[in-house]
Amino acid sequence: MTKTNHDAPSGNERSLSGHDAPQRGPSRRSILQMAGGAASLAAAPAAIAQPASSEGPPTAPTTRVRLVVNGSARDLKIDPRQSILDVLRETLDLTGTKKGCNQGACGACTVLVNGRRVTSCLTLAVMHDGAEITTIEGLARGDELHPLQAAFIEHDGFQCGFCTPGQIMSGVACIAEGHATSPEQIQFWMSGNICRCAAYPGIVAAVADAAGRT
Amino acid sequence: MLPFSFEKVRTEQDAIRAAAAGARYIAGGTTLIDLMRDEVERPERLVDINALPMADIRADGADLVIGALARMSDVAAHRETKRLQPLIAESLIEGASPQLRNMASMGGNLLQRVRCPYFRMLDAACNKRDPGSGCSAIDGLNAGHAILGTSNHCVATHPSDVAVALVALGATMRVRGPQGERAFPVEELFRLPGDTPHLEHTLHPGELIVEIRVPGGPYARQARYLKVRDRASYEFALVSAAVALETEGDTIRQARVAVGGVGTRPWRMRAVEEALRGKPVGRDTFTAAAHLALEGTRPLSHNHYKVELLPRTIVRALEMAGGTA
Ligand SMILES: Cc1cc2nc3c(=O)[nH]c(=O)nc-3n(C[C@H](O)[C@H](O)[C@H](O)COP(=O)(O)OP(=O)(O)OC[C@H]3O[C@@H](n4cnc5c(N)ncnc54)[C@H](O)[C@@H]3O)c2cc1C
Ligand code: SF4
Ligand code: FES
Ligand code: FES
Repeated sequence: MTKTNHDAPSGNERSLSGHDAPQRGPSRRSILQMAGGAASLAAAPAAIAQPASSEGPPTAPTTRVRLVVNGSARDLKIDPRQSILDVLRETLDLTGTKKGCNQGACGACTVLVNGRRVTSCLTLAVMHDGAEITTIEGLARGDELHPLQAAFIEHDGFQCGFCTPGQIMSGVACIAEGHATSPEQIQFWMSGNICRCAAYPGIVAAVADAAGRT
Repeated sequence: MLPFSFEKVRTEQDAIRAAAAGARYIAGGTTLIDLMRDEVERPERLVDINALPMADIRADGADLVIGALARMSDVAAHRETKRLQPLIAESLIEGASPQLRNMASMGGNLLQRVRCPYFRMLDAACNKRDPGSGCSAIDGLNAGHAILGTSNHCVATHPSDVAVALVALGATMRVRGPQGERAFPVEELFRLPGDTPHLEHTLHPGELIVEIRVPGGPYARQARYLKVRDRASYEFALVSAAVALETEGDTIRQARVAVGGVGTRPWRMRAVEEALRGKPVGRDTFTAAAHLALEGTRPLSHNHYKVELLPRTIVRALEMAGGTA
């Protein structure tokens, strides 16, 4: 995986300002987030690239929620403004789930909530007290990859990898829903996940392969 | 996102009481959270209605009854929807993405806000967001905007797909509020922009959408939704058409036609429906009737193509429904 796949973003403040945790200068994570933000803004349907307004300075957590994340119960104090995505990334440090557009348009943030795929950026955590959340970190069993993870490697289902966690979570749901019955069906039912690298042939092949095995 | 207070309610009375006192309902949040993050929407109080028992989908005789909290994906996949109103299922599947449909409610879908880019840009003039500031789209980038029902104050289209199907089928909705319950056609939910584009719907303060009723009809099973857009899937409509036909042999007994992507609200095409009645199924009939859709259209600088695309989309949808596509 390379970090230079995307040009340095200009004027995209969203990924840097959307944090609830204080920033200490650019980390590998924030650089990757910037790259992803730029990628998905270009890809987002109907979304116009524009500077995002700041989410404001971090405020004191004010609400309690319990989320069952990848099988373990987590009792959290959160700001009601936090999306599930921000809770995963900033509060729980589970950064496998990516922030692309933060507008529901790119699918990079896809996780399963009570078994259903959702875009976690448009989901307030406070509305999901008690929910079971499955992220990309929760798919493998120890060292054994989930069949769809293995299929993504086998079929070259990615290039930069930024969209991949969202693609895989969406693919797992797509298969479980019974929508992975043909390449055309997979294309349609995976269309909520944008890949700026256009690894689509590999993605479709991986989902088809894993669907055939399960 | 600006701070807000958050409350989850268990009863309809509590929900309505909170909303009457100024709180905003939140269902799936896919419109509201998105716009709150950009500070286009600035509610100070949110009331989470997801615990209310309003997510049922059921048949009532030939009618399909859909709770306002039913999710788009669940409505589309439900056997009664497919059996009674396949047009509703098709129009839902053509909207948004699988992830969003899992979150988005039917009530929220009807009340989703416009996708005009200027509406989201806090530094652009927009009468809908900031009444009296002007409309940046009229002389700006307006390729996606409306050609029907526009005013000199706003030209944004209503973006919902399923609303187009609901309007075609003459669906009604039931709402409850501080003044009690009422029911009215879904078509009457939407206002034209006129000189008050910030007022988009006809709900009274605090009113809660409870359910949507789609009446059965002899045309319900011969019905199709066609969405023309810049990509094969997961994009808002440039033009869309929901059509339903009742035929006897080769003759059209009655037709229902509504269009999306071209109007400031979902647009029922009654003149087209009238022109189809009693005519033979076929391209000549469809083309002649579809032309009547252009009555009153007012294209903008960048959306003349919709004048061409609108009748063609209706013709193709009619051919799909009539089995001649
Ligand atoms: C990237 C993207 C692409 C999309 N593409 C499409 C598309 O192609 N076609 C399409 O049709 N839609 C599309 N949508 C819009 C989506 O369908 C709507 O955002 C969704 O249906 C809104 O429902 P919700 O439950 O999330 O509403 P919320 O965001 O929870 O609420 C929306 C509004 O409705 C009010 N409200 C909600 N429920 C009730 C109720 N029961 N009574 C009274 N008021 C209520 C809320 O107060 C709020 O004002 C897209 C959205 C996104 C983000
Ligand atoms: S078309 Fe409507 S929403 Fe768009 S800028 Fe003009 S007033 Fe605002
Ligand atoms: S980050 Fe793009 S859909 Fe959530
Ligand atoms: S965005 Fe680079 S692999 Fe999909």
